[in-house]
Amino acid sequence: MSKSIVIKGGTVINPDGDARADVRIERGQIVEVATSLSGEIQIDASGCVVTSGFVDLHAHLREPGKEEAETIETGSRAGALGGYTALVAMPNTDPPQDSVAVIDFVREQGKRAGLVDVIPSGCITLARKGETLAPMAELAKAGVRLFTDDGTGVQDASLMRRALEYARGLGVTLAQHCEVAELTKGAVMNECQCCTDLGLPGWPSIAEELMVFRDIELVRITGASMHFLHLSTRRSVELVRAAKRDGLPITAEVTPHHLALTEELLSSYNPVYKVNPPLRSADDIRALTAGILDGTIDAIATDHAPHPRRDKEMSLDMAPPGMLGLETALGVVLAQGSFELRNVVALMSWNPARIAGVTKTHGRPIAPGEPANICVFDPDLRWNVDPERLASKSMNTPYVGHSLRGRVRHTIFKGTPTVIDGQAQK
Amino acid sequence: MSAADVRRAIVRISHEIIERNHGVEGLAIVGLQRGGTWIAEAIAKQINEIETSVTVPLGALDVSLHRDDIGMRPVSLGAISSIPFDLSGATVVLVDDVLYTGRTVRAAMEGLNNYGRPRAVQLAVLVDRGHRELPIRPDFVGKNLPTHRDDDVSVTVNGVTIGGSQ
Amino acid sequence: MKHLRSIDELGKDGLVKLLQLTDHMAEINQRPVPKVPALRGRTVASLFFEDSTRTRLSFETAAKRLSADTMSFNVSTSSVNKGESLRDTVATITDMGVDAFVVRHKSVGIPWQISQWTSASIINAGDGAHQHPTQALVDCYTIREATHTQSFDGMQITIVGDIKHSRVARSNIQAFSMLGAEITLVAPPTLLPPDVSHWPVQTTHDLDGVIPTSDVLYMLRLQSERMSQGHVPTLREYSEQYGLTQKRVMRLKPSAFVMHPGPMNRGVEMQIDPSDVKNSLIHRQVANGVSVRMAVLFELLGSGSSLGGQA
Repeated sequence: MSKSIVIKGGTVINPDGDARADVRIERGQIVEVATSLSGEIQIDASGCVVTSGFVDLHAHLREPGKEEAETIETGSRAGALGGYTALVAMPNTDPPQDSVAVIDFVREQGKRAGLVDVIPSGCITLARKGETLAPMAELAKAGVRLFTDDGTGVQDASLMRRALEYARGLGVTLAQHCEVAELTKGAVMNECQCCTDLGLPGWPSIAEELMVFRDIELVRITGASMHFLHLSTRRSVELVRAAKRDGLPITAEVTPHHLALTEELLSSYNPVYKVNPPLRSADDIRALTAGILDGTIDAIATDHAPHPRRDKEMSLDMAPPGMLGLETALGVVLAQGSFELRNVVALMSWNPARIAGVTKTHGRPIAPGEPANICVFDPDLRWNVDPERLASKSMNTPYVGHSLRGRVRHTIFKGTPTVIDGQAQK
Repeated sequence: MSAADVRRAIVRISHEIIERNHGVEGLAIVGLQRGGTWIAEAIAKQINEIETSVTVPLGALDVSLHRDDIGMRPVSLGAISSIPFDLSGATVVLVDDVLYTGRTVRAAMEGLNNYGRPRAVQLAVLVDRGHRELPIRPDFVGKNLPTHRDDDVSVTVNGVTIGGSQ
Repeated sequence: MKHLRSIDELGKDGLVKLLQLTDHMAEINQRPVPKVPALRGRTVASLFFEDSTRTRLSFETAAKRLSADTMSFNVSTSSVNKGESLRDTVATITDMGVDAFVVRHKSVGIPWQISQWTSASIINAGDGAHQHPTQALVDCYTIREATHTQSFDGMQITIVGDIKHSRVARSNIQAFSMLGAEITLVAPPTLLPPDVSHWPVQTTHDLDGVIPTSDVLYMLRLQSERMSQGHVPTLREYSEQYGLTQKRVMRLKPSAFVMHPGPMNRGVEMQIDPSDVKNSLIHRQVANGVSVRMAVLFELLGSGSSLGGQA
């Protein structure tokens, strides 16, 4: 721990520019960024990008409640391998993250694992039932900055308005899963020609867009800040773009899979491609990409959703939605070839750190005096996913057979390497 | 065998059938799909010209679904069984082009039972090429033709030829 | 051919050949003893997760007429197992030595999922609103038999009713169009799938407009739960607009045929007793079911890949 570590030969990407530099770390802090440094432990970063560790706004770590699918430890390890140093833990656990006890438990389990900062999000409503507000002030006092009922959207517009008003008073952000439930009953996949052929109930884009629109208008009248989770449609991007133009305090994320995969994959009948919101069309992908490039979309978040094998061996309609994401996010995003590296770092580290309210420790520049939460990745390495070798407890990755580009080589969390040369260190 | 030989054999077999059965009363001719059906037709026509008192009923039998070597011989699409008469109590003369291992005839005898119980079953073939694998013997033969197992015997109205293995 | 899961997968050649093979099976079914030894030693397991006495009996009769052994796992709807045990069930039955599974399930895609868990052939006897390929084969065979034509070129086939939730419609649209028919779908917009622009069909909401030009009028069953789901206001209103009435029967071409996959909803889509419809093929559809399924079983289990050659 007290030994000095030097990351040698990489290109440092910082908000104010790129530079070829070595990075020396001591006692959890970056102490020097310069050329030709040496230290007791040397980590090779030649050909690699050195930047602040990634922050995932959207990880389902499943603990407490569904440890069969993932634990905070295995999820943290998957995160570290994906270059993450902080994960926002989604609140749809069992019991849900609507009490200080559960929030503390999740945070403590994160500390015990010691691989990333696990940042619990809180429920907006009790048990995510959409009926009464969760004790948001208590939770905020316990450190929660982001509140969401992810998995379902808050259906009741009046309740959502109250939640936003209440949140404004606390200075916290609500993160909405936009889905009008009445429009997606029994839905399995995007409403499209493919779903017509398969005879599956369609999951129309408008189910998402109606709630995006509603909540933008609620933000307009309440002034609270709002984050939109996993946007997936062209019109959603357009609505957010217009809202931002109006100066509303709104941020938005998209997932890697909504940038890379399309609805037709469901015609393989493989439930690994079932996800909420569903995989959409190539046109939606173009719109999401454009939204990223013009700054409408602030973050790429994984919606890492582990499920045990037997759950994904059910039929398409019975299988739960969701796919793994932490270990593949960078490789999937870079394989798209649409984004500059600096852009990707902003989407995966700097911006989400801001949205999660963790800018003191994450998403910082690589500079002396900064906390040593660092991701080192090879932006050009091509690789394939082997689901058997993932650190996650589950195997529901949709990327088997896909060629990914860009792989995390080292991750440093609070000055300690959690991943070296693609191997988790504990 | 030439075309004329084939024609003469059919005429002779027709006479033999009538003679053996003391007429055509209760007689029915059933050709095996596909090679035996045209010969059965020719024999039935010949018999009806000789014995004008009764018209001998003619049928066709597809034995492919009764074979013991299903999968080795495909179903010949369109060559469907047609036995538009009751063969219970009839004397059925099965007609095929070539008698070889006897497996087709075995399948045919089994297939006939689906349609009723004949009084007797007889077998007429244009060519007996030997190599029997079952205890089956023809009642009426156009020509005994010694062959090798891998010979290819072709029977048409134009004659009978033996080719090499294919 | 290893599986029969969809008409698409079968393809036009496979479809035509199965229809020709059905002629052989139909002849067997007319014999005083309708049984052949073709599938002796083969075992067919029917795995029905959705009630369907008709289809199951049709398959089991077909298997028996080909001398196959049959096993029947009738999973009542009340105890429909989750997918997790489905894999175990399939693996267990496979271990008993099964050559084919006949599968019906309320969920789309189950036949494809099951085929990853067993080496046996899979026959889709209906998966959700997706496919019911043997029904389409039955319907094609029945039309072919009634019209004495191999090709459906220029034939106007009108399919009426709940297209959106119908696996019969999906399989039949593929099969009819493969054989050359021109297809018109008639339904209220709520009972059409969201986007059919890529299907080889015309659509209309006016049944009376297409009655005089239809060569085949194919009525689909309307389930009463479509009302509570808001697809139709009342069964009476649906029946009024899309049901087959005496008046509509009178306006059909004299040569036109009426079909229905069964079971019928009397008083809803069928406002008239089918026996009062002169050119009803409904009984022929049932009768041909066994022959068609014999052809399917024989093709999958009996003949290897040799179908279609000359003997």
